Amino acid sequence: MELLNIKNLQIEFPSRRGTVLAVNDVSLTVRPGEVLGVVGESGAGKSTIGNAVIGLLEPPGEMSGGNVYLKDEQINTLSSEEKRKIRGRRIGMIFQDPLTSLDPLQTVEQQLVETIELHLKLGPAKSKEKAIDLLRQVGIPEPEVRITNYPHQFSGGMRQRVVIALALCAEPEVIIADEPTTALDVSIQAQILELMRKLCQEKQVGMLIITHDMGVIADITDRVAVMYRGNLVEEGTTEKILGDPDHPYTKSLISAVPRPDVRLKRFPMVDYIEKEGERKKLLDISTHWLGQARDFDAVEGPLIEVKDLVMTFVTKQALLKKNRQMFNAVDGVSFDIKQGEVFGLVGESGSGKSTVARMISGLYTPAAGTINFGDTDLTKIKSEKEMDYYRRQMQMIFQDPFSSLNGRMRVMDIVAEPIRFHKLASSNAEVEQIVTDLLDHVGLGAQAAVRFPHEFSGGQRQRISIARALATRPRFLICDEPTSALDVSIQAQILNLLKDLQEELGLTMLFISHDLPVIRQMCDRVGVMKMGQLVEVAETENLFKDPQAPYSKELLSLMPKLDKLSHRGLEVEED
Amino acid sequence: MVSFLFKRLLQSIIVMFTVALIAFSMFRFVGDPINNMVGQDTTQQERDDLRERLGLNDPVPVQFGKFIVNAAQGDFGRSYKYQVPVSDLIFARMPATLELAFVSAILALVIGIPLGVYTALKRSGIASKFIMTMSLVGVSLPPFLIGILLILFFGVILRWLPTFGRGEVIEFTSWSTGFLTASGLKSLILPSITLALFQMTLIMRLVRAEMLEVLRTDFVKFARARGLPDRLVNFKHALKNTLVPVITITGLQLGSLIAFAIITESVFQWPGMGLLFIQAIADVDIPIMAAYLVMIAFFFVLINMIVDILYYAVDPRLRADDE
Repeated sequence: MELLNIKNLQIEFPSRRGTVLAVNDVSLTVRPGEVLGVVGESGAGKSTIGNAVIGLLEPPGEMSGGNVYLKDEQINTLSSEEKRKIRGRRIGMIFQDPLTSLDPLQTVEQQLVETIELHLKLGPAKSKEKAIDLLRQVGIPEPEVRITNYPHQFSGGMRQRVVIALALCAEPEVIIADEPTTALDVSIQAQILELMRKLCQEKQVGMLIITHDMGVIADITDRVAVMYRGNLVEEGTTEKILGDPDHPYTKSLISAVPRPDVRLKRFPMVDYIEKEGERKKLLDISTHWLGQARDFDAVEGPLIEVKDLVMTFVTKQALLKKNRQMFNAVDGVSFDIKQGEVFGLVGESGSGKSTVARMISGLYTPAAGTINFGDTDLTKIKSEKEMDYYRRQMQMIFQDPFSSLNGRMRVMDIVAEPIRFHKLASSNAEVEQIVTDLLDHVGLGAQAAVRFPHEFSGGQRQRISIARALATRPRFLICDEPTSALDVSIQAQILNLLKDLQEELGLTMLFISHDLPVIRQMCDRVGVMKMGQLVEVAETENLFKDPQAPYSKELLSLMPKLDKLSHRGLEVEED
Repeated sequence: MVSFLFKRLLQSIIVMFTVALIAFSMFRFVGDPINNMVGQDTTQQERDDLRERLGLNDPVPVQFGKFIVNAAQGDFGRSYKYQVPVSDLIFARMPATLELAFVSAILALVIGIPLGVYTALKRSGIASKFIMTMSLVGVSLPPFLIGILLILFFGVILRWLPTFGRGEVIEFTSWSTGFLTASGLKSLILPSITLALFQMTLIMRLVRAEMLEVLRTDFVKFARARGLPDRLVNFKHALKNTLVPVITITGLQLGSLIAFAIITESVFQWPGMGLLFIQAIADVDIPIMAAYLVMIAFFFVLINMIVDILYYAVDPRLRADDE
């Protein structure tokens, strides 16, 4: 018998420019003890389904058709008060970001007890007992002590456990988890998924898990539904969908997932979604401005040489120096990057990988250590003018495409700014011509120049960032998680673009990511970071085939297993 | 927390010191105090004696040192006009101002916060739209105009409420209160509304904006997804999170209620410090002006300290460092 039955669901968002059909005729069922995955990229309407089921659609969204049944009871027609009684009691919900899902001003106990008292009508003492028991079930050590803590005193993974405990308070029949592990590190993700699957089986709860991550789907779900622009394109058992997909979108989506098992030259067939990402008009690098003046000072040996780099942050301020508490975010890191090489830094959040990038680019001043760019020690340079010379040769691409572009500037000015600052072109007309060419070259098209950043999607914005970075004609590019905010298909396109540019221009790259498969696809050599230290540096293929350090082994073992994913029928070129 | 408070205390002392320096320099640059104190027929000899006696011939740093030491003990010298200690004048007037500011602050909070919450929760309701429009009027009309309009309407046309003064007051040792007599309370109504109106609308708009922000957060959504009734979500979770920034602004505004009561006091002839200050300016009574300046700065600093401590009470994240 079905636990949750969604029939012909249709959700509309009326707007000034006409009605947007966010979900179009979607039918799904969840059985007890079963995990149904809903996968799709941003804008596919998958979160909207979850919100509609629990009756919390954000206005102006409205259900314009279809029915939702919980067991045999129709729940979409209930009054809002009756819907509220179902929320939490019979359908639990888990959200994406554990850091913002809990009220920061209330202890975990207050939030748990409040929910338990409400649904189970227990007294305060009984409720607290139950709360402690729940925390124990979700794997929080010393629940009797931890329950009195505030959310900020827990780590991200622990907070997500608290969120799960809150969702389980009233022993709901169905749990809807909306990207439950997206904000977490892989090691934590593995634990949380394990916990959720266990709870599902033990309590015979039906779970609807909404995610964009094929790794999560492969790991935990029994059945999968694939959504694309509001439509359900394909549904079936996880093995069938991942192993033998019928719909071209599903195939395209799977081919865009970076493979952990083999290094490919390029990502195959990822053009289903953003057609305009194709680079139609390519520049002839040998004659164009972009390819000229690349005769930098000749460097013998590695281009970048980092030695015993240390970065210290003060975690607790105090008047007296000896009372201050310091934290070494980066603790004695040394590596070098050869010319024309892509060097990867991989590690979990807080491992200090971004801090290293910021020190090399000069955004942070290291507490100790040297950074050699060619033969020059950048940490010794005092004058801004001399530094500018190296800044020109070194550019950075940031993680968040939404905050790394100035929203008040047109794309033309954003990309032209470094050219003008470094006086790399003689006339304004030339600058504009170069910007237009650059935008063409990264696959945006020249008409992008007159628009503002907010008119572009995340992937397009990242292309703007890349064009801006190229505008100084750099020889060294630092990419700090350049694709982790993007959908997989867009990620594949951007990574393809970066690979092409690196090859064309002979760029040297420092590529930072928490995502091992991405690292495998992009990098020649990799450094593995853990708590501010570099635990292993190896050729990428060697690291993946035969990791040396225990931590590298652990990280690799936590990589989502994607063996179920089909790669049949794809023209892949191994590198 | 101790080191934080210590730092704040240090900053406060620097602020007070600076204000004292400004107040002190008034004595030297706003006319000659001797000329202000004596009559036209005083001889040069008498003037010189007085100058020597008042210590005006001492080097400037010594004079400033004396000023600070005396001010710290509440001694701001004698008023040129009334020839009584300034501190007596100020302390006699202080209850009037503080009571007015207190009532206004309560009014602003008690009306402003619920209205802010209401307009945030019922964003598109007709009542909300009406309140928002009226609040715009409240923010944009200058207080003296509101005061005069209130006097005209309730005092002159309807003749319900007194239009000036404090009414009957009852003395408790050095504190005179208007809270305990009917006429005292009646007299408070118009000036306190005048003074409160601007703060009320400000607080209301601030609470509304913050509340709308908080209502969009994930934890509010998650609270709803757990089936908590609206009452709990809105008031237990959302409102408490709204209050953190509201406390800051309210604290600052309370200081300005005291400082800018001047206009309201003038309109209603309210016998408070502000009125005293206005008269002192007309009379070039520098000791009163200096004392008023230092007192107001002191209130601001004090209130800000209290606000900082309140933060600790409201937000557990700030307490984290101590554990």
